[in-house]
Amino acid sequence: MTRAFTPDSLAEALKILRDPTVVPVAGCTDLLVVDHATGRRHDAVLDLSRLTALRGIRVADGHLDIGAGCTFTELRQSPEVQRLAPSLAQVAGTIGAWQIQNRATLGGNIANASPAGDSLPVLLALGATLELASAEGVRSLVYEQFHVGYRRTALTPGELIVRVRLPLPTRHTYTAVKKVGTREAQAISKVIVAIHAEVDGGRLSGVRLGAGSVAAVPVRLRQVEAVLEGRHIDASLADAAARAARAEVSPIDDVRSTAQYRAFALGQVVATMVREGQPRG
Amino acid sequence: MNDVIRCTVNGRPLEYQGSPMDRLLDVLRESWRLTGTKEGCGEGECGACTVLVDGDPVCACLVPVFQVDGRTVRTIEGLLHGERLDPVQAAFIDEGGVQCGACTPGMVLSARALLDRNPDPSREEIRDALAGNLCRCTGYEGIYRAVVKALQAEDAGGAR
Repeated sequence: MTRAFTPDSLAEALKILRDPTVVPVAGCTDLLVVDHATGRRHDAVLDLSRLTALRGIRVADGHLDIGAGCTFTELRQSPEVQRLAPSLAQVAGTIGAWQIQNRATLGGNIANASPAGDSLPVLLALGATLELASAEGVRSLVYEQFHVGYRRTALTPGELIVRVRLPLPTRHTYTAVKKVGTREAQAISKVIVAIHAEVDGGRLSGVRLGAGSVAAVPVRLRQVEAVLEGRHIDASLADAAARAARAEVSPIDDVRSTAQYRAFALGQVVATMVREGQPRG
Repeated sequence: MNDVIRCTVNGRPLEYQGSPMDRLLDVLRESWRLTGTKEGCGEGECGACTVLVDGDPVCACLVPVFQVDGRTVRTIEGLLHGERLDPVQAAFIDEGGVQCGACTPGMVLSARALLDRNPDPSREEIRDALAGNLCRCTGYEGIYRAVVKALQAEDAGGAR
């Protein structure tokens, strides 16, 4: 029978996780799907869902500091996330539906490392940093360096994502996220894009674009960023960004979509996001 | 480590001694014989297995039973007040929100959880709260009418 560990503290959890047969679990919204479909059994599991060190959302040291164990409902409803990382609050509302959002966690979305994980492009665009911990100690990792291959991450054995830190916005910060899927809820994305930029007098700077479902990992669209950086927003810039986006990615055909559609949709979404960065009035 | 799992289900203390990773859905149906909760997809996509854990709607097919230790669980069976239907249940019947009934327990619980939090939801808020519950029969309009009828009944001081 599977052994279940329910440690009271993060320190205790990390000690237990030295044993590589122990699987840390939180919302289980990906894990149990696979277990049930494949008959997979675990020797041992460790419950992260009650560890207070993984919860809480606060502003600290000039950053928005989010516990990796926070659920998407918590992100969606948090006044701090709504105010300081609105694209993260928005994308939280597109993940599954209420039942999933009540259980699925930000850390789980990251660690599960699906190419279609909806929060992942937002974290790329916002320039997130991860706080990681193991029995050996703690370290920070720029989120961009976390995904090293298809469903492979930079986590070392026994290491957990503990906190996710986001820089605070300025009064010029423009962020957005757009997800293309079959339905408004309960849809895995065909394409998902997130943008972060400073927009001052209609001019873009500090542009970062994260995209999901167009590669084996969530990716920065660096060529699109280069097209946009320092430029004034207008229709021709939006079109140029769309062309660059379509050329930059090599998506695949799969059950949800085709490479051709994904590239097309990516271009459309990028163009829309550029146009919508234009301040009104 | 592994202990007996103890929780409160529909107001009653219940125990489970099987594998901690057994799905709450299976424990409800097979061990506790509360078969009102249905399995539609086993993937958390359809909401037929929706139950309320500490008041929050979750898919029971995605909850390992050991994580409900010490928590309260409410299933569709827990909505009855003796012989009296919950206003949401009554409204579903009145407004044609029930056809084959497969989605109904989960749908009713999501609606109940919505009205417990938000006594005056907009149509968009109703749709968002029920977005995790798929129905293949009704086309949803009867369901939305039922939720509106239930909230009107509760506004008017209807019994709960």
